[in-house]
Amino acid sequence: MTSLPAQPSAKRLGLVIDLDICVGCHACAVNCKEWNSGGVAAPLTDLAPYGADPDGVWFNRVHTFEVGEGAAGRTVHFPRSCLHCAEPACVTVCPTGASYKRAEDGIVLVNEDLCIGCKLCSWACPYGAREFDEDAGVMKKCTLCIDRIYNTTFDPEDRVPACVATCPASARHFGDLGDPDSAVSKLVAEREGFDLMAEMGYAPTNKYLPPRPRQQSAGCTGAPARLAPATPAQAGGLLGWLDRLLSQ
Amino acid sequence: MPDAGNGNNDRQDATLRLDTSSADRITRTTCYMCACRCGIKVHLKDGRIRYIEGNRDHPVNKGVLCAKGSAGIMTHYSPARLRKPLRRVGPRGSGEYQEIEWDEAMAIATDWLGAIRRSDPRKLAFFTGRDQSQALTGWWASQFGTPNHAAHGGFCSVNMAAAGLYTIGGSFWEFGEPDWEHTRYFLMFGVAEDHDSNPIKIGLGKLKSRGAAKFVSVNPVRTGYSAIADEWIGIRPGTDGLLVLALIQELLRAGKIDEEYLCRYTNAPWLVIQDEGAADHGLFARDAAGQPLVFDSVTQVVASAHQVDARPQLAGKVTLADGRRAVPAFHVVAKRCLEPQYSADAVAAETGIGADVIRRIAAELAHAAFEQTVVIDQPWTDWTGRRHDRMVGRPVSMHAMRGISAHSNGFHTCRAIHVLQMLLGAVDSPGSFRYKPPFPRPTPPAIKPTGSPAQVQAGKPMPGPPLGFPTSPLDLLVEADGTPRRLDKAYSWEAPLAAHGMMHQVIHNAWAGDPHKIDTLFLFMANMSWNSSMNTTGTIDMLTDKDPATGDYRIPHIIYSDAYASEMVAYADLVLPDTTYLERWDCISLLDRPICDADGVADSIRQPVVAPDRDVRPFQEVLIDLGTRLGLPGLVKEDGSPRYPGGFPDYLVHHERKPGVGMLAGWRGAAGDKQGVGAVNEGQLDAYVANGCFWRHEIPAEARYFKHVNRAYLDWAVGMGLIDKAEPIVLQLYSEVLQKFRLAAEGHGDVQPPDQHRERVRTYFDPLPLWYMPFEEAAVARDAFPLHAITQRPMAMYHSWGSQNAWLRQIHGENRLHIHRATAARLGIADDDWVAVTSHHGRIKVQAKLMDGVNPNTVWTWNAIGKRSGAWNLAPKAGESQRGFLLNHVISELLPVRGDGYRYGNSDPVTGQAAWYDLRVRVEKIAAGDSVSEPQFATLPVPPHLPERPGVLRYGAGFRAAVHGDAKATGDAK
Amino acid sequence: MHPSLSVILFTTASGAGYGLLALLGVLAPFGVLPADRMFGLVALALALGAITGGLVSSAFHLGQRQRAWRAFSQWRTSWLSREGVAAVATYLPAGLFGIGWVFLGVVMKAAGLLSALGAVATVFCTAMIYRSLKPVPRWHNRWVVPNYLALALMSGTLWLMLVLQIFGPRPELYVLAPATIVLAAFLKLAYWRFIDSAPATSTAGSATGLGSLGTVRLFEAPHTSENYLLKEMGFQIARKHAARLRRIATGLGFGLPFVLSLAPFVVAGWPAVAAAFVAAALGTAGVFVERWLFFAEAQHAVTLFYGRSEV
Repeated sequence: MTSLPAQPSAKRLGLVIDLDICVGCHACAVNCKEWNSGGVAAPLTDLAPYGADPDGVWFNRVHTFEVGEGAAGRTVHFPRSCLHCAEPACVTVCPTGASYKRAEDGIVLVNEDLCIGCKLCSWACPYGAREFDEDAGVMKKCTLCIDRIYNTTFDPEDRVPACVATCPASARHFGDLGDPDSAVSKLVAEREGFDLMAEMGYAPTNKYLPPRPRQQSAGCTGAPARLAPATPAQAGGLLGWLDRLLSQ
Repeated sequence: MPDAGNGNNDRQDATLRLDTSSADRITRTTCYMCACRCGIKVHLKDGRIRYIEGNRDHPVNKGVLCAKGSAGIMTHYSPARLRKPLRRVGPRGSGEYQEIEWDEAMAIATDWLGAIRRSDPRKLAFFTGRDQSQALTGWWASQFGTPNHAAHGGFCSVNMAAAGLYTIGGSFWEFGEPDWEHTRYFLMFGVAEDHDSNPIKIGLGKLKSRGAAKFVSVNPVRTGYSAIADEWIGIRPGTDGLLVLALIQELLRAGKIDEEYLCRYTNAPWLVIQDEGAADHGLFARDAAGQPLVFDSVTQVVASAHQVDARPQLAGKVTLADGRRAVPAFHVVAKRCLEPQYSADAVAAETGIGADVIRRIAAELAHAAFEQTVVIDQPWTDWTGRRHDRMVGRPVSMHAMRGISAHSNGFHTCRAIHVLQMLLGAVDSPGSFRYKPPFPRPTPPAIKPTGSPAQVQAGKPMPGPPLGFPTSPLDLLVEADGTPRRLDKAYSWEAPLAAHGMMHQVIHNAWAGDPHKIDTLFLFMANMSWNSSMNTTGTIDMLTDKDPATGDYRIPHIIYSDAYASEMVAYADLVLPDTTYLERWDCISLLDRPICDADGVADSIRQPVVAPDRDVRPFQEVLIDLGTRLGLPGLVKEDGSPRYPGGFPDYLVHHERKPGVGMLAGWRGAAGDKQGVGAVNEGQLDAYVANGCFWRHEIPAEARYFKHVNRAYLDWAVGMGLIDKAEPIVLQLYSEVLQKFRLAAEGHGDVQPPDQHRERVRTYFDPLPLWYMPFEEAAVARDAFPLHAITQRPMAMYHSWGSQNAWLRQIHGENRLHIHRATAARLGIADDDWVAVTSHHGRIKVQAKLMDGVNPNTVWTWNAIGKRSGAWNLAPKAGESQRGFLLNHVISELLPVRGDGYRYGNSDPVTGQAAWYDLRVRVEKIAAGDSVSEPQFATLPVPPHLPERPGVLRYGAGFRAAVHGDAKATGDAK
Repeated sequence: MHPSLSVILFTTASGAGYGLLALLGVLAPFGVLPADRMFGLVALALALGAITGGLVSSAFHLGQRQRAWRAFSQWRTSWLSREGVAAVATYLPAGLFGIGWVFLGVVMKAAGLLSALGAVATVFCTAMIYRSLKPVPRWHNRWVVPNYLALALMSGTLWLMLVLQIFGPRPELYVLAPATIVLAAFLKLAYWRFIDSAPATSTAGSATGLGSLGTVRLFEAPHTSENYLLKEMGFQIARKHAARLRRIATGLGFGLPFVLSLAPFVVAGWPAVAAAFVAAALGTAGVFVERWLFFAEAQHAVTLFYGRSEV
């Protein structure tokens, strides 16, 4: 049913993505593609995979932005996937009930058997989380690796989304953002994690951690702006020699 | 971590299967999607690969896996995989082939190579690309008897390796790593995207999360790792050496150097003879026993450097026993670094970095090294027997790679970085750069190149390996008249310390018959007719050029082994199809480029995960078979029967390089209880497989730092067979080896450079740190070619050669020329405009993309995205060929003509490293025309019997169908 | 937004059909229209034909047409579902209305009014599909619903005028056409004025959360070729092309039909029929162009991740 759960779930599973650490390696995107290609949303069809304009279904895509100018400018890598919003319009606009938000953990899913491929959910999502599989004629999306996180055939430590498990820089974290004491919630609080496009009112579950302020100015590491030349007073031995050499 | 997923309050959940096992079987092996050699777990379901993930237990990647590794399925099942041996039937380059049986293919190869070996083994040029079996291939070349062998190191990063090995007995990447746990300041130079992929990303993640260190990236481009640096120094390419020397000067001026470290662990106090014109000028003064001498500041006498109690002096003139003058090495090094051209103010303009920034970074380095000292409560004993009750470290770490290496001044720039490390006491001390075993090794390792006339004889193996480390002109491979012996001119006066060979010169020299003609060019996994060559267009012409007198190809035979229909396949006469990395045994050996880390020694293997579904054979298997057919002594017994009838796995277990030392160091000894050195163990491979295909052994706690002088480490390393003797490895602040070559150029000794090369050798074999302008920049007019042009591989493809990968090519299916916004504005270029890029060598047409995070004097692009139309079984109109491009077309393998008409290779004068990044260009806006990049080449035909390219790829549909009994999801395209 | 032909055809045709149906349903019961069966047959056939044709066309937009029936289930939350329900529900009174009028010769007041109500409700639902989409600010505004209703009314009126001219002109209704055209034109121009001047609701800075660090510019998109998101939501039209199309839509849809709608005041007979036909055809074509622009000019927030600076 595309009505949202009557009682918002206490548990809100989601991701926390650290933009300060992400180097833009695309590991999360490709590992996601790989896992989900054989998972509950399989296949993640690729059109013209060896042709002129390959176009595949991906649940996670990594953008690169340049932000600011001059010395203050920086490059920021930005992975983007479903944010499993608390107020997901992609669910409520669905005419068939294919889109739904799970009451028990807040994960937003698509039941492909009910999907008529009207694409309205993709129009309703400002975050581009919806991926239409043209070949299958149905909408697909990030499942938060629901077939991993509850998969009892996996070792407990592997029961995390593929993107989190594979991230080489540990820039991705998974957990219950509904629990203020969870590690992810604490991380968000400590690093002032933010919502994307909060103005839309979708109340995303996933949070992004901002790049930390850069240490670029004098004194940022506790060091002086420049070294003082060795003074003759302290210049015995080697320093004295260096001093003499310099004054030649 | 979630504990309840079955609360199905929605009917939608009824179709979800959350407990589906992803595998019938999980096989652990080693990744080969790039050169990092991570441990992977391959999930197999219904005989097909369901999923590949990182192996949590593996020392390299600790469970994570990069984009390339995660895309392994698509490389493994690629429709570009070759299927059967091929014999060329059309002209070279036409791509017309006939499939033949392996017996016939091996007979042809044996025939060609057998004739060569019986007459002149040098006529086989055997070069391999980015393979990880050099422990086998180098040995095989020696057994065959040809010195003309190398891998791709010469065009990759031999400047790093050579400068490191000659200076500190180690280098970066396989050789060493930052102390991620303790470092307070991490300075990274010229490191491309995803270099040392997962270890660096893991390390950076750790370092940044720890929040106690500053990370500075010196790189003309602000992407990848540089994007997350605290400070990005967008340096002008080729000027890093100036920056480093200016930093050194600042530190020297302030006296912020680690005197004790220099005195104890480097040759800084060793006395250098000052006797201009003498045959030993600039060499170390030595006693009768050959021990270097120092001047003891306490006793005021000259004493042996190895005398434990000496308090050596670092500066000041000393009179030797024979009355001649000498000064400590530090004295001359410091003097050089204090020269005015290396001041912060002087280098600011050339580097593009403000003097204030340079001064601040020097201050930060000093602050981290000397005010934030790291102390580990771990007693240790140095090689002299001195007991230290703690390990005190300078937490400044550095890492450098291709951006330093791929310049014609790269060797000296890299040496300057090591000098900076030494001055700070930041080599293998806590918080600094740390060696990975088997490094440190002696400076340089005591292996000499083989290939002199006496060492190359028809029908006989060479007595040693083709590659090694010359320490004097006597070790060069030159003819009596000083001309090169080797085809690639490595170890000649043009590139005396070419420790990795010079693959980028091979095709040109073979074509030109300079210094000698060859019969067969045998290549493995090296795309020399495309992205692995400078001057790609010219290289294609050379590969297809015929001698008008005879009508024969100038390079008579070309044998090529590759798993895929790469551009090079079309230029081979005989194609030996290799397997994918999941179909074979491999070995990442301590004898080659191992997977060790600073705390442990390790090696690993690959095991076949799936059986090939094509008539292909692993290259190593083919090499052993071919060697056996040729009767190479190492591969046949006295009676001529095969020594390794079980092929490569048999060789892995039974071959011994010297008694007790083989390809694999783990589980040696008959019972498998020995490490490093031990007898053959019949169950060795089983032991590896049972342990996830790797072996790792921890270094004892007291041996983990100061390895070059740590007695416990040196003893341990000898026990493991890593080094021969437990002798200290003294860091070479001053390079006596370089001075020996300079002396030869100045007219001393029996082996001297021909007059033509004297000045060059004299200039660049400088025992002191040095910077000079890269050769191409110095040779061409600055205003005609005002910009630098460089490349880097993107993260998702770094060190990866499967560009046909269906997933990765969606991420990078074409490339643009990136230009700084201000530079573009000056040139009237907007986003998406087409531009001409012109160098002294050629011109290409490409599309522009503007950005801010790049040095304004530099343009750059993602490398090796451009493919030739038709190659790799991609559609002829694929973006890779239509909008993708290579810079290679405008890079010459030779420098511009000099006054005397001679053209040196476009290489570092010391090591022969290919100077890819010396390229100078101009960029102009041109008409879009047909909006296709140029040059274009005739579309290559797809080799026989490769599968049709699927129009729709539904990989994985079958797995879901099997779970759900789901009819609609069947029939994936593969 | 990608101007999908099936959706444009659907909203244009069904809009005209529902407009016509609504007019018939309201006007016929009060005897304003000719009561003869042929008029009822032609007018209702035209209305229901346009509606049905539009609905069929909309099905081509679906990836799984055979499951289209499922779309009626989620009327509690989904405007698309409500539109489907309203559309189908409208067939009931419309059918009764038609059967009564055409076969029984009885104009059933209740059925007529219910048909009209259904028609308005359906067009309202269609409009609300767009109106409710926050990620598309050019749709998520107060002008969209009045526009849809007015344009449906206008195109329905123009077709009604044509049928009336054929079967029996009603001079007292002549004013309807120019009046609805003026209303629709006013609302459309107001809509354009609004979207041209409305402040951006979201920016690349708010989309990425990086705005506080400076201007956010895309350096590299995730993939080098276009994906579904860009094909569906990344459609861009050059400002000058949009301006030209607006002029065309205004001239075709409002200007000429307005002039032609004044014809019956001065001519009668076949010239009036011809004028009414051309007015209806041009008006509908104008709405088609307007509808194309409605999509083409709509910018989706997801494009903020792909290089657009604000929507």
